[in-house]
Amino acid sequence: MTRELIRKAEGFVALAFCTLAAGLGLFWLVFILGDVLIHGFRALTPALFLSDPAPAGSDGGGLRNAFVGQLLITLAATAIGVPVGVLGGTFLAEYARGRKIARIISVLADIMVSVPSIVIGTFIYAILVKPAGHFSGWAGAVALAIIMIPVVLRTTENMLSLVPWSLREAAFALGAPYYKVIIQIVYRGAATGILTGIILSIARVAGETAPLLFTSFNNSFFSMNMKQPISSLTVTIFQYAMGPYDNWHAQAWAAAFVITFFILMLTLLGRVIIRWRYK
Amino acid sequence: MAKILKKSPADLIFSSVTALASFSIIVFIAGILYVLISESSLAIKQFGVIKFLTSTDWDPVKESFGALTNIYGTMLTTFLSLLLAIPVAIGIAVFVTEIAPGFLKGPIGIAIELLAAIPSIIYGMWGLFTLSPIMANHIEPFLKKTVGGLPLIGMLFEGTPMGIDILTASVILSIMIIPFTASIARDSFNLTPSVVKESAYAIGATKWEVIKNIVMPYSKLGVFGGVVLSLGRALGETMAVAFVLGNNHRITTSLLDAAATITVTLANEFAEADNDVYLSSLFYLALVLFVMSFITLAVAKIFLLKAERKHSQ
Amino acid sequence: MKTAVGIILALAICISFTRAQAAETLNGAGATFPYPVYSAWAYEYNKITGMKLNYQSIGSGGGVRQVTERTVDFGASDDPMKPEQLQKDKLLQFPAVIGGVVPVINLAGVKPGELRLDSSSLCGILLGEIKFWDDEKIKKNNPSVKLPHSGVTVVYRSDGSGTTAIFTHYLSETCPAWKEKVGAGKAVKFPVGIGGKGNEGVANYVKRTAGSIGYVEFAYAKQNKLGHLQLKNSSGNFVEPGFTSFEDAAATGDFDPKKGFALWLTNAPGNNSWPIAGATFILLAKDKAESNKKVVKFFDWAFKNGDNKAKELVYVPLPKALKEKVTAYWKANGLQ
Repeated sequence: MTRELIRKAEGFVALAFCTLAAGLGLFWLVFILGDVLIHGFRALTPALFLSDPAPAGSDGGGLRNAFVGQLLITLAATAIGVPVGVLGGTFLAEYARGRKIARIISVLADIMVSVPSIVIGTFIYAILVKPAGHFSGWAGAVALAIIMIPVVLRTTENMLSLVPWSLREAAFALGAPYYKVIIQIVYRGAATGILTGIILSIARVAGETAPLLFTSFNNSFFSMNMKQPISSLTVTIFQYAMGPYDNWHAQAWAAAFVITFFILMLTLLGRVIIRWRYK
Repeated sequence: MAKILKKSPADLIFSSVTALASFSIIVFIAGILYVLISESSLAIKQFGVIKFLTSTDWDPVKESFGALTNIYGTMLTTFLSLLLAIPVAIGIAVFVTEIAPGFLKGPIGIAIELLAAIPSIIYGMWGLFTLSPIMANHIEPFLKKTVGGLPLIGMLFEGTPMGIDILTASVILSIMIIPFTASIARDSFNLTPSVVKESAYAIGATKWEVIKNIVMPYSKLGVFGGVVLSLGRALGETMAVAFVLGNNHRITTSLLDAAATITVTLANEFAEADNDVYLSSLFYLALVLFVMSFITLAVAKIFLLKAERKHSQ
Repeated sequence: MKTAVGIILALAICISFTRAQAAETLNGAGATFPYPVYSAWAYEYNKITGMKLNYQSIGSGGGVRQVTERTVDFGASDDPMKPEQLQKDKLLQFPAVIGGVVPVINLAGVKPGELRLDSSSLCGILLGEIKFWDDEKIKKNNPSVKLPHSGVTVVYRSDGSGTTAIFTHYLSETCPAWKEKVGAGKAVKFPVGIGGKGNEGVANYVKRTAGSIGYVEFAYAKQNKLGHLQLKNSSGNFVEPGFTSFEDAAATGDFDPKKGFALWLTNAPGNNSWPIAGATFILLAKDKAESNKKVVKFFDWAFKNGDNKAKELVYVPLPKALKEKVTAYWKANGLQ
């Protein structure tokens, strides 16, 4: 064989491997999503959304309590996390722009994004559940908000930095105070970007289970009282999938289907907005 | 800049509010560290640091706890999953940046992002119901038959294939981290200036040679940062492995044995701990995990920042 | 910003809206062992009375902890608390339902219920001293069973569990070596074997692993069609697990209200008693008079109307005499 041939063969093998790897990535996606789709769709009934759980081991019932609980916890987390994240990002990109403190905080925020979520669950247990004396929906919401804040903060910082400085200078020249400039000019310019960040951060926390295990706990009845234990889809999936009953397994699949679908839609929405706005 | 403007009272209030919001990050990190240390103080007093980290004891009856089995499980699953994920992730990145025709780049990129967005509990559940039987009935017996007889390597495949073991957990974990690694590797590859690549093509290099000798060395810092970042992710993953690891507090050489990671131990035992030392030891474990992942993520961040700086020079 | 404000408003409305109905909820937490039957009772009870009895199975340890800290209206545990401890934490305790823990095996050629073990051979297996199924100690009691020369794999519960507490209590009672080396508790350090999470995990492992032996709550053994075995009880008879042998064990138990009914049903006397039975207990905080009455009302209803449901789920309702004792205990403590 000539050197030329060997080079070509090596290249072919390597590139074939890369193509295979990409195929493998796609294969997993199709496999997992397909599996969730098939099993979940089969168990998808109106009763799943409209009725509360039947007692363990008996047929029927639904997960209305978990759907509503999940929604409440996620909404409350968003209500806490988004304002803090957006304002925090504003400080880094505006008031502290270029200063050392801004760089330190944004590096720390990047690290916070990947801190094990179960550790955040134990943290909230120690500061909110134990002193209060009971598990509560609020504790779960705060745990999710802590995961959310660094994500929103970093996107906000990046998006605000993209707004041209000249825009602010023009407003300053008109005598506007900085806070008015930020709220009326800068936020408007970065609105879609910030919104995308918020959407993606909701997608991130909506599927979290570990931080809810010791905070919002679970409730087998329908409850909208955030001061009490409240059910969530993810914790219910954990309980049901581990349990011994076929009926539970089917409902866990259905819940998995709904939550996966919801999160993938949010993710796609976020991507579409980015592409539409920034290309 | 802001300093040159005369601040109105409203501006002062707004800027303080934003400052407060951004300092929340520091408060959280310091708060987590403080709370975990104070909650685990009982266990720290009782077992010390070195003894806790090196003891394989996890005995709720005798109230004697050590972290080593959990650390071992965490490290082993993380290492194995990286071993499985890195080649695939880099392959995907190469495919997306260099090989794929234009019309495929978008869809594959989106597919990878979707894979990253699937909640970890879905991976875990899928692992228990779908992957675990496949591993137990096909892949693990196959591995035992082929490489199980070899000396040394055979040790890794001792025992009965059950599908609920270190190997299955690592496979699921690897599927989970492939998208993280792949997307960071892709971004790093994209940073390679096309001028350099084109001049290599001009002197007759094949596509693979350009990737191997130009793109990869150029982006190695970024790729390395991505790998370490994935490592940080894998260390702290709970739900994906909780279903299929088996929560076994023992150090085993076989990949077909059950094990325990710090995260899985916390998920399974935190609510059940019925005496103070037990609960305190679980907080201690959480502290160990927090420190481990914080250091890993900080290292990843340093590499990624270096890569960024190198590019901007 | 506007959306955030809107969300907060919406939430505030939701929360104020629901405050009115919160009074009709009772929170309980604890043992996983009776979870199916409690949740079935609570479901029926809710339909009849509108009372929401939210029982979460977080483990017996969690049940004790929560009720001691007064964060739930009642706790549940399979691991009865000692009278001194009840006194100290100002708790009341009474049994609610009885179940049995059964060793299960997966051994080719051996039919369910065919294999007979005495406590010393069971203990030997679990300590790792008996390594093969055709060991002389096992053969001795099974002259007619063809035992294969295959290795023993022990499967245990890796999470903290009342099932383990009952099982290890039995082993500690009947086998000095076990008591010395391992002990009894909700989570112990098993010398050999593999750990499965929950009853299902153990059932799953036993099903998949040839030559394995594990232990599960009877309901799970039946649902998963696992091969059970006969155990030698304290009278020297080999008995099969089931309603009658659990009931006999329960009948021999002398539950003493003065001691908060604290009693193990393991290794119970009686010709036909299953040796690893156990009651599961309800714990009430003495100072929570208001909610205690509601909890007692629920269990009173369950004692009168819940027997069939319990049997359906393979639990043994309390014998009539014991129910009367419990009712008297309620009355004596001003709960009814």
